[in-house]
Formats: sequence, C-alpha cells, structure tokens
Amino acid sequence: MPDALALIANAAGKLTREGLRATGRGATALPGLVALTLDPDFIGALSATLAHGVACVSGTNGKTTTARMLADISRTAGWDPIHNRSGSNLDRGVAAALLARSSWSAEPRGNFGLFEIDEASLPSAVGRLRPRVVVVTNLFRDQMDRYFELDTLAKKIGDALAGLPGDTTLVLNADDPLVAYLALRRDAKTVFFGVDDPDVGGVIPQAISDATRCPRCKSPLKYARVVLAHVGDWSCPSCGLTRPPRDVAATKVTLGPSGSEIVLAGTVGNVFEPVRVPIPGLYNAYNALAALAAARALDLGLAEAIRALASFRPAFGRLETIEHKGRTLRLVLVKNPAGFNAAIGALLETGRSPRLLAALSDRDADGRDVSWIWDADFEALAPSVEHAVITGLRGRDLALRFKYAGLAKERLEVVDDWAAAIDRATALAPEGGEVVVLATYTAMQALRAVLARAGATVPFWED
Amino acid sequence: MDLRIAHLYPDLMNIYGDRGNVIALTQRAKWRGIGVEVRPFSVGEWTQAEWPDVWFFGGGQDQGQDIVGADLAGKNGSALRKSVEGGAAIFSVCGGYQLLGHEYVPEVGPSIPGLGILDVTTRAGRKRFVGNLLVDSPDGPLVGFENHSGRTYLGTGAKPLGTVVAGNGNNGEDKTEGAVQGKVIGCYLHGSGLPKNPWLADRLLAWAIERRYKDATLEPLDDSDELAARAQASEVARTRT
Repeated sequence: MPDALALIANAAGKLTREGLRATGRGATALPGLVALTLDPDFIGALSATLAHGVACVSGTNGKTTTARMLADISRTAGWDPIHNRSGSNLDRGVAAALLARSSWSAEPRGNFGLFEIDEASLPSAVGRLRPRVVVVTNLFRDQMDRYFELDTLAKKIGDALAGLPGDTTLVLNADDPLVAYLALRRDAKTVFFGVDDPDVGGVIPQAISDATRCPRCKSPLKYARVVLAHVGDWSCPSCGLTRPPRDVAATKVTLGPSGSEIVLAGTVGNVFEPVRVPIPGLYNAYNALAALAAARALDLGLAEAIRALASFRPAFGRLETIEHKGRTLRLVLVKNPAGFNAAIGALLETGRSPRLLAALSDRDADGRDVSWIWDADFEALAPSVEHAVITGLRGRDLALRFKYAGLAKERLEVVDDWAAAIDRATALAPEGGEVVVLATYTAMQALRAVLARAGATVPFWED
Repeated sequence: MDLRIAHLYPDLMNIYGDRGNVIALTQRAKWRGIGVEVRPFSVGEWTQAEWPDVWFFGGGQDQGQDIVGADLAGKNGSALRKSVEGGAAIFSVCGGYQLLGHEYVPEVGPSIPGLGILDVTTRAGRKRFVGNLLVDSPDGPLVGFENHSGRTYLGTGAKPLGTVVAGNGNNGEDKTEGAVQGKVIGCYLHGSGLPKNPWLADRLLAWAIERRYKDATLEPLDDSDELAARAQASEVARTRT
C-alpha cells in the first residue's frame, strides 16, 4: 500500500494529467513532474507493487524501438506492461506513464513496468526503480552539450549498475566494448547479445569511433570486424579483455528494404525459422536481438517473443511511413553520428537514390551543439542523393554539411518554413514516389505537426 | 600545387565534430584546384614531422588528452615545435589549444605541462562553459559552440583571436576568445569552427601554402552558403544563449 505522500503525489499528478488531456495536449512529462515534486520517490513507490517487476531499457540509440519490441513481447505472453512508450524517458516520463495507469488510490493497473530511461538518468533511475532487468543497447557520442564525455557517462552507469542487488539481470551488447565492460565490473547474471555473422561489417574503423581504446587497460583495441563506430568483434591484445560469449547471437543477418531476417545461434533455443524483423536496417536487427535477450532475462517464451516481433510496428520517427499527397514519406529520426550513419546505411544498402527532406534544429531535445553533423558520414550519402530539401532552425548548417560532402548545388535547396519545405520536397518526388525525411527530434515534431494539420497522421502522444 | 594537412591524434582527439575543420580545409583547397593529402599523426614516434604544411589539433575526452599529453612530452612535441619554426601553421581547438599552451593547472594535483608553442596558460574551472559563442575581430566575425571547463589566460606573446560578443570564450572574464601567435591559432570554436568561418579557413590555407609556394594567392570562392550558416548561427548565439 503506497504511503500518504505517494497518495497525494498520485492525486496531484492525475489531476494535472486530466487538465492537460482536457485541453487536447499530450501528458508525457508535466504530470510526472508534479508528482515527483511532491514525492521524489514516487516512481519507486508505485512500481514496487508490480507483480512482474520492472525492466529498464537504456543506451544511446535504439532504446525506444527495443522497449516497444519488448512491450509487444510481454503483451503476447499475457503481461500488462506500464510503458513510457512515447519516448519521454526522464524520471518525469516514467512517473507520467505510471500516473496514466494508476488508480486514485495510487495502485498501478498493470503488472510489469517497462521503462525506457535516458542514459544520463540511468544511474538515479535504477536506484529508485530497483529493476529486475536492465538493458543497455549501445553507448555512442551524443549531444555532448548534455551528456559530456562518453567515458565519464560509461563510468557513471557502471558505478550505478555495480550497486544493484545481485538478482538484477543485465542485458548487454557484447559487440560494444563500453557496454560489455559494464558487466565485467560486477558479479551478476548477464545476458549478452551480439552479431556473429562474418559478413556483417568491415575491417576499417570509422571516423566516429569513440572507444578504440580498451575500457579496462586503455590500450588500443583490435577489431576482426567493425560493424558501426566502435561496435564489432573486438579484443584487447594488451590485457586480454575480449568480446564476451553471446547468449543470444545472430549467426546470419539478411537485410532487406522493408525488414531483415535473423538466424539465431543454436544455443539460443529451438528455433529453426529465421526471426523476422519488419523494420529495415542492421541497427533494428540489433534492437530485436536486445529485445529477445531481455525476454530471456525475464523468462518469457522464445517462440512467443519471435511471433510478437514479426508483427512489430515502428515508433515516432523510427522508419515509420506516412502517406501525403500521393507520396510516401519515410520518417527517420536522427540525433547523433552513429544513429545517422546507421540510418543512411539502412537507406543505401537497398540501393536507393533517396529524395530527402532533411531538418536540423538545435533545441535542448535536439542537442544545442550541431557539431555532430560533421562527424556523421555525409560523404557516404551525398553521391546517392537525388535531391535534398533542407529545413530546420539550423538548416543552413546542414546545407553547408551537404555542400562540403560534395552534393552538387543544383541538388540542394534550403526552405526555412516547415510547411513550405514539405510542399517542396513532396512536389519534387514523382506521384507514388518516396521522400526520406531525416530530422532531429524537435524538427521531426514540427514536421509531423504540419502533416497532422494536413490530415496525414496522428499526434505522437496518442500513439 | 598541393597542400599537406596533418591531423593530430585523430583517433584520440576527435570529439565535437572537429573533423569538419579538416574537411573544410581540404574542400576549400580542392575547389581551387589545389591537390590535398591528409595524414594522421598519432601516438608513437613520427618519422615525417617535416612533411605537413598545416596541422589540425582537435579536442578530446579526458582519457585521450592524458595519453596525448604524455606522447607530446617526448620527441613528438619537439618535432611539432620544430615544424612550426620551419613555417608550418597549426589550427587547434579546445583540448588541442590547451595542450599547445604552457600548462594546464587542475583544481588539485600537479599541473600538466603543455608544449608552450602558444603563450597561454589554462586553469581548471568549476562551471563548464557550454553554449553558442559569437566573436568579433578586425578580420571578421566568428561563430561556434564552446564546451569547456578550462579557463585560458593569454601571456604577452599571444594575441586574442577576437572579442567575445556572446558566450564566454577563453575564460569568461576578459572577453577574449582564442589566441594567435605567428601561424599558430588556438580557440574554443567547435561547430565545426572552420566551415562557418571561411575567412579563418582561408587564412590558414594561405599560411600553409606560403610555406612551400612563395607567391601563391588564393582565388576567392562563392561563400554565400557559408555566410548564411554563419548568420543563422550568430542569430541563435545572440538571442538564445
């Protein structure tokens, strides 16, 4: 039974939520902030009663998609997850998700807490939520004005995980040395996932590699295979640290234009058919492996998990498609170099010559420092681009990035106004054709708002 | 005509998109018909320190900076100093800038010696300066994004690159940003710095080229996109920092 403080916080949060919903607004943060102001331990108090416990999903890229996959999997198993599915992933977003499903007597209606957690908030969140399972997808450089340096962030997360009770299971990406090392610092159950397909990745390290040094002894790492940035088949010739054995491994990944197929290693279970992942891109295959590994950590059935994945639908800006004026807009949220490179990899591996609508903004949620675009591999993208319409609060920086990547002037134009940019990009594509929309978070929100007004889609908080 | 660019410690000092500075120098030379070669210079003894016309030295994470500092304390540091005496230029940002100074004085513990190529000293500060940075100078405005806790103070041998209009710059006190000494420039302009500030990129190119081609001049380029990006970023710096 929640204490008096939690009851008051719950009531105040719920009233805030109803007020916001009544005026037609999303309630993905503010109600949570109200409840947390009254009771700082609100999320701990409410989630403690959940029968199946709590799972946290964190990391730089893929946490929204992985958490949504896991939500589908848990639902297929008959669980009732409480999930911050809009991607509002600070403490207040977790609190808001709980408020949306709590009774007036502060009892959650649901039996499993599934929370996507911002990686900088993970240390404080795991202390409050005492999760059964913590998933870390990967750690890349991201929004340095907010997260600062990756080494420091990895150390903080490692310290927080080291303080968790022994029955918490970690689900970690074995192919990311920074993430894999999080487990090697504690004695606890860990489920590692990774890609063992020798045809995935190359041998040349990429410019944005953040962790080319061993996380333990700081000597240069050796790579038999580089998948993306510092993710791959790594080992340290100096201290002997190596990629840990994968509990959930893909022995073969086949990428296609609308999804991929994964063959799981025999050790994973009795699976003879490939796992179908119905959204494209190698990084989504990794997200699916993370979700399957998390399902294993939660003792959920593998066959059901695979069935749930096969009917998965993507979230806001994660390769969802929207029909608009006879064209298909494919929305791709980009926010950091690794995510950008993964997204363009998914675009180019199917041989597209994309028509782009690209939008760069610099609000807090985008990252105020737009320097990251210079780390992203626009040089790989530019030769294939049919045409690019550029917009956003920092569209001029983005246009400059395309120019320096070699995109010809006649293939590039800047249209500052959101609606005009959509109109222009749509008009340039042939009837029945596709426009790939690459946008940072608030730019994507702005573009979606324009599309919603034109009757093309739903606001994301109702999703 | 060809240009030789050295990228210092690209594996360790490569955060905040500073790679864009090398891209800017490369493209602005190529657009003028100048051939370009970029070579990495990282940890371990360099064999061709006399090769580069211009060095780029970016910012790094603390771990990277420690390794680089140790490497520059040996023969490679002397080689870099000699290269500058021989007429090579350097463009450095943030951590690279600090390492070119005399020393970095942490809050506790012994100070970390730098190369002393720039007459500047950096002291650790409590509050991190994070935000857009707008600078004025007699040669034109400069805009970028700063993200540093070190406070850099200029000695008499170095001149500031410009005066802070918005943001903090070198130390948040004296309104200076960056340092220039001979053909060596240090600053806190991420962004990347050079693409949006083409006059500075061209100054470095001119310095680099004159090392081996005495009467070379740079043709002007159409910089309308660069100046549009600078104007948009400057507006953000003025109104939203």
